[in-house]
Amino acid sequence: MRFMVLVPGNPESEAGAMPGADELEAMSNYNEELVKAGVMLAGAGLLPTSKGAKVRFEGRERTVIDGPFTEAKELVAGYWIWECASRDEALEWLKRAPFGGGIEIELRQLDDDDPAAQD
Amino acid sequence: MAASATHRAIDAVWRIESARLIAGLTRIVRDVSVAEDLAQDALVAALEQWPESGIPDNPGAWLMATAKRRGIDALRRRVTLERKQELIGRELQILQQLDQPELVAQVDDVQDDVLRLIFMTCHPVLSRKARVALTLRLLGGLSTPEIARALLVSEGTATQRVVRAKRTLAEAHVPFEVPGRDELADRLSAVLEVIYLVFNEGYAATAGEHWIRPALCGDALRLGRVLAALMPREPEVHGLLALMELQASRLRARVGPQGEAVRLADQDRARWDRLLVQRGLAGLQRAEQLSGALGPYTLQAAIAACHARARSVEQTDWPRIVALYDGLAALTGSPVVELNRAVAVTMAFGPEAGLELVDALADEPALRDYHLLPSVRGDLLVRLGRVAEARAAFVRAADLCGNGPERELLLSRAVACGT
Repeated sequence: MRFMVLVPGNPESEAGAMPGADELEAMSNYNEELVKAGVMLAGAGLLPTSKGAKVRFEGRERTVIDGPFTEAKELVAGYWIWECASRDEALEWLKRAPFGGGIEIELRQLDDDDPAAQD
Repeated sequence: MAASATHRAIDAVWRIESARLIAGLTRIVRDVSVAEDLAQDALVAALEQWPESGIPDNPGAWLMATAKRRGIDALRRRVTLERKQELIGRELQILQQLDQPELVAQVDDVQDDVLRLIFMTCHPVLSRKARVALTLRLLGGLSTPEIARALLVSEGTATQRVVRAKRTLAEAHVPFEVPGRDELADRLSAVLEVIYLVFNEGYAATAGEHWIRPALCGDALRLGRVLAALMPREPEVHGLLALMELQASRLRARVGPQGEAVRLADQDRARWDRLLVQRGLAGLQRAEQLSGALGPYTLQAAIAACHARARSVEQTDWPRIVALYDGLAALTGSPVVELNRAVAVTMAFGPEAGLELVDALADEPALRDYHLLPSVRGDLLVRLGRVAEARAAFVRAADLCGNGPERELLLSRAVACGT
């Protein structure tokens, strides 16, 4: 089954600041572990919301709202897509991610009509 | 944490850690059987202790340390019990190896150990069935009941297969190593074969009541991805992974709502998995860049890629597929490849040309009981309007077919030919 991990943004990621060298190394090691375990299918960091936009749908009207977005809870700074044998395995991998400082990372299962569910 | 939640978490840790743990222990004790016993002991210890103590920060290191400590304790106890007799040399040796001061294993070392273990479980001294069972067990982290389910055998048979395989490896003194240059190509092809056997048993089950068994495809894909990370410079490793990802991208379009088989031509291509297609195409490109002449898996991936890129059967680049099959046939000499080539020739140049090739395969001993030969023949006869002959061919194909849903499909095609 597949999972998406959503990594929230923060003022630094919104400012487009690069993470420190230690942080980068820890993250690159973690990514390497995921690849070597055959778990990682895809993943990327997202540019700050100032490069993004929203489209508002009202009847037939479409309104484009340019970034940056201000509500902190809406900010997503990156994602992974993992293939795991179970939700518990995905949780176990997520627990090993190099985060700290009270950050909360969201794990969601993909509703991708996974044929494995029939087995 | 509730006990059941902890047990599920321990299962997850086992799934993540078991291959590395067994590989690391095999390096120390040089015997997969002993290594697996030690790893299992550590798992039992985790099941006893973690519900109370919580899951340690580094579960992999905990399991390794526990496995070694338990091994030492058990061997010491036997030394005490049997001290009047001379301890057999082998056990003493294992004790000494386990008792060495803890070496901090680097990540790369552990990865090398996993690679050595793969070459061991896919060693040609074992039968193909034994290789598959042992690889699923030691590298896939599957339990015996899971292996039994995967291979459609009883648990007793699965256990026996694994036990015998481990004994054979020990008796043949198969070394724990990545083969040297001179034999690497042959040994690697044995490894790829095992992974593809697992995949195919999931992709087109040869027996049973399910047409596809995606969990097995998942196990094979995972092994393929692990191997691609371990041997990033081997084109055929990427070729096999690309082939499996491209084929797996069609899995959910391959079964109808009632579990019936759906042929490529009838599949809803919108249901193909874009992420797997994209990964497969990228993997194929990597394989092609690393290759001199394309190997058999890369060629098959290139064929699968022709389908993945096409919006419909009509828009498929059939002449290119024929050319790729020409290459594959020259490389493998396999009659099954010739049969597939005949299908591609039909699509590119019409059913007469295809039927000529299929009929040339009629006396091929390797295809005598192969249901796809009459199935393809029936298909071509339908296209040529020779329905009575087609009907007989589909009935013959259904008789030979061991898979429930696929047999149903063949019988329905026979019925569609009228009486």
